[in-house]
Amino acid sequence: MSSDQDHLKETDTEARFEFKKEENSAVKSDKGLTEEVIRMISEDKDEPDWMLERRLRALEQYQNMPMPSDWPGMPDLSELDVEEIIPYIRPDVDKREGVDDWTELPDEIKDTFDKLGIPEAEKNALSGVGAQYESEVVYQNMQEQWEEKGVIFCNMDEAVREHPELVKEHFMTTCVPPSDNKFAALHGAVWSGGSFVYVPEDVTVEMPVQAYFRMNSEGMGQFEHTLIIAEEGSEVHYIEGCSAPKYGTHNLHSGGVEVFVGEDAHVQYSTVQNWSKNTFNLNTKRAICEENGTMEWVSGSMGSKVTMLYPCTILKGRGSTDTHITIALAGEGQDIDTGAKVYHNAPDTSSTIESKSISKDGGRTNYRGLVHIADGAENASTAVECDALMFDNESTSDTMPYMEIEESKVDVAHEATVGKIGDEDIFYLQSRGLDDDDAKKMIVAGFIEPITEELPIEYAVELNRLIELEMEGSLG
Amino acid sequence: MARLELSNLHAEVAEGDEKILEGVDLEVESGEIHALMGPNGSGKSTTAKVIAGHPAYEVTEGEVLLHLEDEEFGEDIEIDEDQRTWNLLDLEPNERAALGIFLGFQYPAEIEGVTMTNFLRTALNAKIEEREELFEEEEGEDVEEEDEGFESSPMEGPADEGEVGVAEFQQILQEKMEQLDMDEKFAQRYLNAGFSGGEKKQNEVLQAAILEPSVAVLDEIDSGLDIDRLQDVSEGINALRDEQGTGILQITHYQRILDYVEPDHVHVMLDGQIAKSGGPELAEKLEDKGYDWVREDVYGTA
Repeated sequence: MSSDQDHLKETDTEARFEFKKEENSAVKSDKGLTEEVIRMISEDKDEPDWMLERRLRALEQYQNMPMPSDWPGMPDLSELDVEEIIPYIRPDVDKREGVDDWTELPDEIKDTFDKLGIPEAEKNALSGVGAQYESEVVYQNMQEQWEEKGVIFCNMDEAVREHPELVKEHFMTTCVPPSDNKFAALHGAVWSGGSFVYVPEDVTVEMPVQAYFRMNSEGMGQFEHTLIIAEEGSEVHYIEGCSAPKYGTHNLHSGGVEVFVGEDAHVQYSTVQNWSKNTFNLNTKRAICEENGTMEWVSGSMGSKVTMLYPCTILKGRGSTDTHITIALAGEGQDIDTGAKVYHNAPDTSSTIESKSISKDGGRTNYRGLVHIADGAENASTAVECDALMFDNESTSDTMPYMEIEESKVDVAHEATVGKIGDEDIFYLQSRGLDDDDAKKMIVAGFIEPITEELPIEYAVELNRLIELEMEGSLG
Repeated sequence: MARLELSNLHAEVAEGDEKILEGVDLEVESGEIHALMGPNGSGKSTTAKVIAGHPAYEVTEGEVLLHLEDEEFGEDIEIDEDQRTWNLLDLEPNERAALGIFLGFQYPAEIEGVTMTNFLRTALNAKIEEREELFEEEEGEDVEEEDEGFESSPMEGPADEGEVGVAEFQQILQEKMEQLDMDEKFAQRYLNAGFSGGEKKQNEVLQAAILEPSVAVLDEIDSGLDIDRLQDVSEGINALRDEQGTGILQITHYQRILDYVEPDHVHVMLDGQIAKSGGPELAEKLEDKGYDWVREDVYGTA
C-alpha cells in the first residue's frame, strides 16, 4: 500500500495517530477484558489446558491489583484504558500467520544496508523484502545449524505445543510471576507470540540469535513473551529488533521477557525498540543469574507515548555479573521512564548500569533504578552511571537512583551528569565545516556510541538512523 | 592567494550590550604570519570568534571580507569575478570553514564517542561538499539536496562520489600525524576527550593541516605547552604556511612561541582596537616592556 509507504516517512505524530485509528475502526468487538476473551485467545492458539489455566489465574490477579499510583514522578497513565484497548488484540491474533507490512521499510534504511554492503540474503531478510520466501530460507539454514547442537529457537506459541515441559517449568513461574505487577499479570493473561530460546549445556551460539526474521513472517503481538533458557556453561546473544511496530498499530504494548542464566553461562539480550507515539509501553523483563553467570542487557528505547521499562537481574549465585546499557530518547509529548533493577543476593556479585537519555522538544526522560544488596552479599560491587543530554530548555530529565544496601562490605558507586547539548560543542564542529544539523547528529551519535558498539552493525546503523529520523524536524 | 580583511569591526556580546570590539582593522594574506598580542580582555579571542562566526557575538558595524584567487581551488578552477569576495558575516560558520577559514581553539570541545578519524573525515568531506554548493548555488545550478543523514554517521559506508574514502583518508591522516609527531593511536581516540592540554593543541594544528585552510586563526595555541610540545606545535604551524601557504593569525600573550613561529607582522590590541602594528621587533619590545608603553604611546596615558 503506497499510502503506507508515504506514511512511514511521516514524522508528524498526529498524522500517524490518525492513520492508526482509521485502520482499526472496522474492528470493534469483544470489548472488555473478560474470561471469554482469554478463552478465545487460548482456543485460537490451540493451547493445552495448563496454559489456559495460567492465563485465567493471571487474569484474576490482574483484576485484583490496583494500577500503580504511588511512584514518585511516575508517568501519567490516566489516558490508558485497558478495557478500551483489549478489543484490538483480536485482530492482531488473527494476523499472526503472516503480516507483511514489514516489506515496506523506509528506503533510507535499505540504502544504509546497501552502503554497508550487507549480503543480499541478509539484507532481504532484514529489510523484509520477500519476507515470505528468502528470509525463510535464511532462517531455516540457521535453524538447522542450531538444532544439531540441541539449540531450540522458535515462536513462543509453538514452544507451548512442542516443548511443554521446559515451558511449564519456566513460563512465568519463578522469574516473572503474574503477581509481580499489574502489567505482568495482564501480560500473563493475554500474551501472544514472542520467542523461545533454549541453549543446552556448554553450547555457544556464535552468532546472535535474532528475532527480526521470525517477526517478519509471524507478525508481532502486542503482548509477546520471550523466554530464554541458557544452561550451564552456555553462551548466547539474543537480539530483538522492534522497529516494525513503529509502522504498526499498538496502543498498549506489554511484553514479558524471562531469562534464565545457568552456572557459568553468558546471555546478552539486546533490543532496539521504536513504538508508535500513541503506545503505552509497559514491560516486565527479568533475568535470574546462577553462580558465575553473566547477564547483559543492551536496550534502546524510542517512540511510545509512555514507556515504563526497568530490566531486572537477580544475581542469585555467587560471583554472578550483570551489565545494563540503556538509551532512551524522548520527544514532544513523550515520557520515557526507564532504568534498571539489580538484586545482589549472593556474595562476590557485581553489576554495572550505564544509562543514557536524550530529551528534546519538551520530552521527558527519567532514569529510575534500584540496586539492592542483600545482607550477606559480601564483596558485592555496583557502579551506576546516568548521563542525560537535553536539546532545549523545555525538555526535562530526571534521575531517581535507589540504593538499598543491607551489607556493609560492598563497593557502591553512582554518578550522574545532566547537560544541555553544548553550544560550544556545536560551534566547534561547525567551525570545522559541519552544518548545524550534522553537528548535532554527530554529538548524539557519539553520546550513544557505548550502545551502538555493543550491537551488530546493522542494528547499530538502524539505531543511529532511527535517532536521526527522530531528530529531524526538531533541528535547524 | 586569499586575503582576510577586517575593517572597522565592531562587535558586542549578543545577549547584552557589552561592547568588545570597537573598530578592528586587520588584513591577513595567505603565506603570512601575523601575531595578535595584547592584555587579557583586549578583544583578541573575540576577534577570532567573530571571524569564525560564533553565535555569542553580534557584529554591529564593519565587515569581515575574504578575497579568493583561483589557485585557492586548484589550478584548473577559475573563480567567477563575483565570487572572489565573500562577506563572511553573511555566512554560517560551516560555510566560512568551507571557504577556508579555520579557528584553532584555546579550549577545544571534547566530544565523546566520536573518533578522530570519523570526525576529521566527516569534516573534510563536509567542507568539500559545502564548497561545491557555495560555488554552484551562485551559478544557479541545481544543487542536489545532500542531507541523507549518512555523512555524519560513524557507521558510514563507502565514499560517495567526490568524497574522500576511508582508506584514502587513513593515509592522509597518518602522514599528517607523523609530521606532527603524534602517536597513531590518536586516530581512534575520541575527539579531544581525555587529551592533555598539549595534545589538544597538537590536535588543533593537525586539523588545520588536514582541512588546509587559506587563513588559520590560532587562539593562544601556545598556552599550557611545555617546551618540547611548543616546538612540535610551532613546526606544525610553520608547515601550514610553508607547505600549504596558509595565512596565520597567531593570537598570543607571549613572545615565547614567536621564537619558533616568526611573524611577519605583529599587532597589539588594546580595548577592542589594534593600537599598534609593526614587525617582529615589536613583539620583543612588548616582552621587555609590557603593554603600558603602547597605551602611553597611543593614548598619551598610562
